[in-house]
Amino acid sequence: MSSVYALLFILATLVLVLGLARKIVQYAKTPAPLKIPTTPAPVTRSGVVMRLFREVVLFESLFKSTKWTWIFSWMFHMGLFLVLARHVRYFIDPVWLPIELIQPFGKYAAFAMIAGLAGLLIRRIFVDRIRYISAPSDYLWLLLLIVIGMSGAMMTFVIHTDVVAVKQFFTGFWTFSGGDLPMDPILLVHLTLVAVLMLLLPFSKLLHIPGVFFSPTRNQVDNPREKRHLVEWARKLEDS
Amino acid sequence: MAGAEFKTPELSEFIEVPKLVEGTMEHITCFVAKPDHQEALGFPGEKVENWKEVAIDKMGDLLSRYRSFQVFMDACVKCGSCTDKCHYFLGTQDPKNMPVGRQDLLRKVYRRYFTFAGKYFPKLVGAEDLTEEIIDDWYSYFHQCSQCRRCSVFCPYGIDTAEISMAAREILDSIGVGQKYCNEIIGKVHKIGNNLGLPGPAIENTLEGLEEDVYDETEVAVKYPLDVKGADILLVTPSADFFAEPHVDGLIGYGKVFHEAGVSWTLSTTASEAGNFGMFIGSYENMRRVSLRIRQAALELGVKRIVFGECGHAWRIAYSFLNTLAGPFDFLDPDYPVPQHICEYTLNEIEKGTLELDKSENDEMSITFHDSCNVARASRMGDKPGGQFEIPRKVIKAVVNNYHDMEWDTIHERTYCCGGGGGILTDDLMEVRVKGAKPRMSAFKNVMEEKGVTHLAAICAICKSQFTKVFPYYGMDMFQIVSVHQLVSNAIVMNRKTPPEEAPGYGEDDDEE
Repeated sequence: MSSVYALLFILATLVLVLGLARKIVQYAKTPAPLKIPTTPAPVTRSGVVMRLFREVVLFESLFKSTKWTWIFSWMFHMGLFLVLARHVRYFIDPVWLPIELIQPFGKYAAFAMIAGLAGLLIRRIFVDRIRYISAPSDYLWLLLLIVIGMSGAMMTFVIHTDVVAVKQFFTGFWTFSGGDLPMDPILLVHLTLVAVLMLLLPFSKLLHIPGVFFSPTRNQVDNPREKRHLVEWARKLEDS
Repeated sequence: MAGAEFKTPELSEFIEVPKLVEGTMEHITCFVAKPDHQEALGFPGEKVENWKEVAIDKMGDLLSRYRSFQVFMDACVKCGSCTDKCHYFLGTQDPKNMPVGRQDLLRKVYRRYFTFAGKYFPKLVGAEDLTEEIIDDWYSYFHQCSQCRRCSVFCPYGIDTAEISMAAREILDSIGVGQKYCNEIIGKVHKIGNNLGLPGPAIENTLEGLEEDVYDETEVAVKYPLDVKGADILLVTPSADFFAEPHVDGLIGYGKVFHEAGVSWTLSTTASEAGNFGMFIGSYENMRRVSLRIRQAALELGVKRIVFGECGHAWRIAYSFLNTLAGPFDFLDPDYPVPQHICEYTLNEIEKGTLELDKSENDEMSITFHDSCNVARASRMGDKPGGQFEIPRKVIKAVVNNYHDMEWDTIHERTYCCGGGGGILTDDLMEVRVKGAKPRMSAFKNVMEEKGVTHLAAICAICKSQFTKVFPYYGMDMFQIVSVHQLVSNAIVMNRKTPPEEAPGYGEDDDEE
């Protein structure tokens, strides 16, 4: 059984990495022929870096838009970030100091994450405008993440699993030494759903993760009068 | 065509988010372009037989040429942030007028033909086959978007529905289903030089008339020159400025400013249009062709600078795209940005102290300023971000005593579109225009009631035309919309007097006419 999971995670990691890389290459290669930053926009590269930082870390545009969605999604994403950072300890030994330091926060961040997801789900069900734009997959993603979060929190706070064995299993990946996964149902549910998430991410709306960095309305410098912006296919029009 | 009968929305004190009512605007279809309008722009004259393949191929082509389109198709998480931001949704309650609702009309087809999930699990991700009904929906709802970009301000990924509606219109054009309004106008620019199809002699006549009017009023011979070689400044202004009210009062104002500043300037018959509807239909090629006329005119006339008149979408293309489409402008004076906005020019003169201004000339009015969407969210003035908000206001405040802004969440980057931008300013879309104006009308009405504002000043030809038409539906007077340079024109004191021998008509026999 452990080897099934080992294979599953090797496959999931490959799909995630290659799938994301394929999309990132596609985004990077696709030209942006015109300057279309949503203005007012930064007039320097460093200003753009700051704008993207505020967008990615603080969700600036969402904050401008609707406070409830902002609170729920920020709780979810920041919770997820801390939880993921805490999970680094299961893959490395010795554990890096910053990861040690966030351990207590990372544990409780699970609650913020679940609460945020629950808020987003409730909003999706009860606000007529958002219900209208929701496909089945939009609900399923929220449910998937909620179950991942709850199963994880269960193992942290209620029914502990043998984390030492789990760590041996995953660190074994690097050295191909492998270990045996504890056959706890909650752990298996948790890991299965995480693998599903990794497998589907590159084919889903979760592409907003790389997408935000490539969004021309956010990542372009506002300097069209000073600097001529011309992409290859547009240059060909000039030659003809 | 749009039904002639519809109810003008009632204005409320606050801009409320309405309940969804599906299909309220389904019946909207604007006139379809005739074969000769289509072919003049390089599109098929009529709906092609294999429209489905052609449309999907075109979508693929655009996905590979526009990063915005590709990323925006993928990145939406359906968070709903944009759902209450579009003035057309707020005015019509139609969920397909929510930005994401509109985008999804295209996105569901994208998912079906271009994504793994949509190919194999269409129901799960809301992917759909391209059908005749979807084409009809595209035609209807992508002509209910004014490409104002308000949604893009609030999207956590910066998804801009304007980009998506441009792509949709380009796909529609590629299968031979174009919009008459836009495509006929672009054809006129290609052929004659401006949106209104005014030939050179007509412009010349108009300008002579203006010179006489201004002389009668001020006894100063302000020139409105046309095709003058060697002038310093080429002024490119929307053709509506040549005759429509209140646009023409703005043109009179530009002339007075140039006169007092003592510079030589000229208009051009071949570049007698600032607007560029090529953007509305998403066609880089057409947009470029229209832009090149300006480069050509600047070269032929040998000017040193290019200044744009009051026009919102024109300013977007001028500021953001002109250098790309028709640059480089290394033959112009490098000391000035290319191009400059007339408000940048005028404010600079005001700050230099060249202009004497008598604010009291505008005392019978109390002014508020409407930030035109494409100036506010798609361009800049001056050298600092947000200059597009500051500079026009500084110009206005220099020429009027009574000024009040509208509510903070309806101006600057959050400004509401007039309801007529992006290729919607046509009588066959009157219902869309009136309903889409609702949020702007609410904010204007509030500032009228609370601060005693009487007039709305704008720097966009489309806004001006739209408000002139729409104000009466909301119980307001069509003359409540004014040009910013109309206010300048009222206040400017003409100090550079004309010697009698330079007055128009001097030495001519009075009986001649």
